[in-house]
Amino acid sequence: MEQIVLFSILNGLVFGMLLFMLSSGLTLIFGMMGVLNFAHASFYMLGAYFAYTLASRVGFWPALVLAPVLVGLLGALVERHGLRRVHRFGHVAELIFTFGVAIVIEELVQLVWGRPAKSYQVPAALDFPLFHLFGSAFPAYKAFMLLVSVAIFVFIFAILTRTRAGLIIQASLTHPGMVAMLGHNVPRVFMIVFGIGCALAAVAGVIAGPVLGTFPGMAQVLGSVVFVVVVVGGLGSLSGAFVASLLIGTLQTFAVALNVSVGNVLMAVGVPAAASAALHDVWKVTVAQVAPILPYLLLVLVLMIRPTGLFGTRET
Amino acid sequence: MLAVSDLHAYYGKSHILHGVTLRVNEGEIVSLLGRNGVGRSTTIKAIMGDVHAEGSIRFRDEELCGLPPYVIAHKGLGYVPENRDIFPTLTVRQNLLLGVKNTRHAGRWSMDDMFRLFPSLRERADTPGGVLSGGEQQMLTICRTLIGDPHLIMIDEPTEGLAPMLVKQVAEMLVRIAERGVSILLVEQKLTIALTISRRVYVMGHGRVVFEGAPDDLRRAENVRKEWLEV
Repeated sequence: MEQIVLFSILNGLVFGMLLFMLSSGLTLIFGMMGVLNFAHASFYMLGAYFAYTLASRVGFWPALVLAPVLVGLLGALVERHGLRRVHRFGHVAELIFTFGVAIVIEELVQLVWGRPAKSYQVPAALDFPLFHLFGSAFPAYKAFMLLVSVAIFVFIFAILTRTRAGLIIQASLTHPGMVAMLGHNVPRVFMIVFGIGCALAAVAGVIAGPVLGTFPGMAQVLGSVVFVVVVVGGLGSLSGAFVASLLIGTLQTFAVALNVSVGNVLMAVGVPAAASAALHDVWKVTVAQVAPILPYLLLVLVLMIRPTGLFGTRET
Repeated sequence: MLAVSDLHAYYGKSHILHGVTLRVNEGEIVSLLGRNGVGRSTTIKAIMGDVHAEGSIRFRDEELCGLPPYVIAHKGLGYVPENRDIFPTLTVRQNLLLGVKNTRHAGRWSMDDMFRLFPSLRERADTPGGVLSGGEQQMLTICRTLIGDPHLIMIDEPTEGLAPMLVKQVAEMLVRIAERGVSILLVEQKLTIALTISRRVYVMGHGRVVFEGAPDDLRRAENVRKEWLEV
């Protein structure tokens, strides 16, 4: 049991911090522009594919840096020449625009790299068990994922709270008009934030590619969970995104690790229904099997009880 | 220094400004008076580039009409909004820091100057702007714009909702700002401070300027006050 709990916490942290790398950018972009960027997870996918191609030429480590930089530049271009033009036609047009970008990226990825998943290996330098506990090994690569995401978290936090640029971003979240009239080029700030958000998603893609798989559907798989994270955390709230990322990360890994059926759970909390033959199939379903539904269940619950999300201030 | 001529502005289909013409000279305090809804705030927002306008806005020999607000701010125009748009989660010091346009080049006002003008801001330097009193927030908005070193500052109803003591303080401060060579275009509804500190006043009605003159001229022009100012 200790083994399950400890490893679930560790894996939950790894997955949760990965989610945060995507949700932080998404929520910042939403906070500034009021637009939920449907293409956000597509930039995560591009990060993985760029890194896959680059790694075969220049190696994993340079790719870890290069791929996010390229994706960040691409994101900035999409904002500068796409989203900014569409902006004057209102939020619905922007929403549909990002939706279109997501589809274009997915199709292009299939065109260039093909449909099958890429066999993209963990770099040899990190392909060893870091430690053994209770007879199970914790891979060094997962520790590396955690390290990268924590480093990025500290970096973003420091920039946002300690630098003038960070102050400009914070102020632009709520009062873009006033910030502009104080002499700051707010559209350029938006472009940079959009680009950095995309680059962060790409970092997540690079490090998750070998573990979660590099395939054309990867954007959709993680994308929907990331949306759940930002809505549960509260749209536009960075601290909300952080808490919700870890919450959903651990929730899912715990659920996957628990090999008990719904009936067992109900029995344990004193509901005798499971013993009866009625709905027999339902009680046999294991918690691990419902794990993929849990984030959405949480989403529905949070929206019913607190429509602004855990830390949000506006209705979603 | 600032010469606005034949300025028109629209909100959707409604025509708000019908050819506003006004001028502010170097070092002058000029007031723009009128009742609510006559277009005073729209005029200064249009000058600042925040509202789309047609016509001519010349400032220090450059045409500003059509430029984005951040460029206009860098030309040396400052704007203090009526709703005291402070950044509520940032501290007083951080709010002031955001007013600085150029970190490499010192302007005529430093952070210390601001604190000297308003000692209460120094005491609250590390407090979030959102918890300041109305008067302190007003001081903070004015200081935040000043620290960006504008040549001309446009202030929208700085005395709105302030106690008489504070109104007097604001008036004294505006005079001190002008003494440092910063021109002021003051939007006011009440005549009290406008008539005592301004060199010239404009009165607006229905989106155009209906009176222009010295404060004494306005004191004498009872019909103008009755028709366009008194409620």
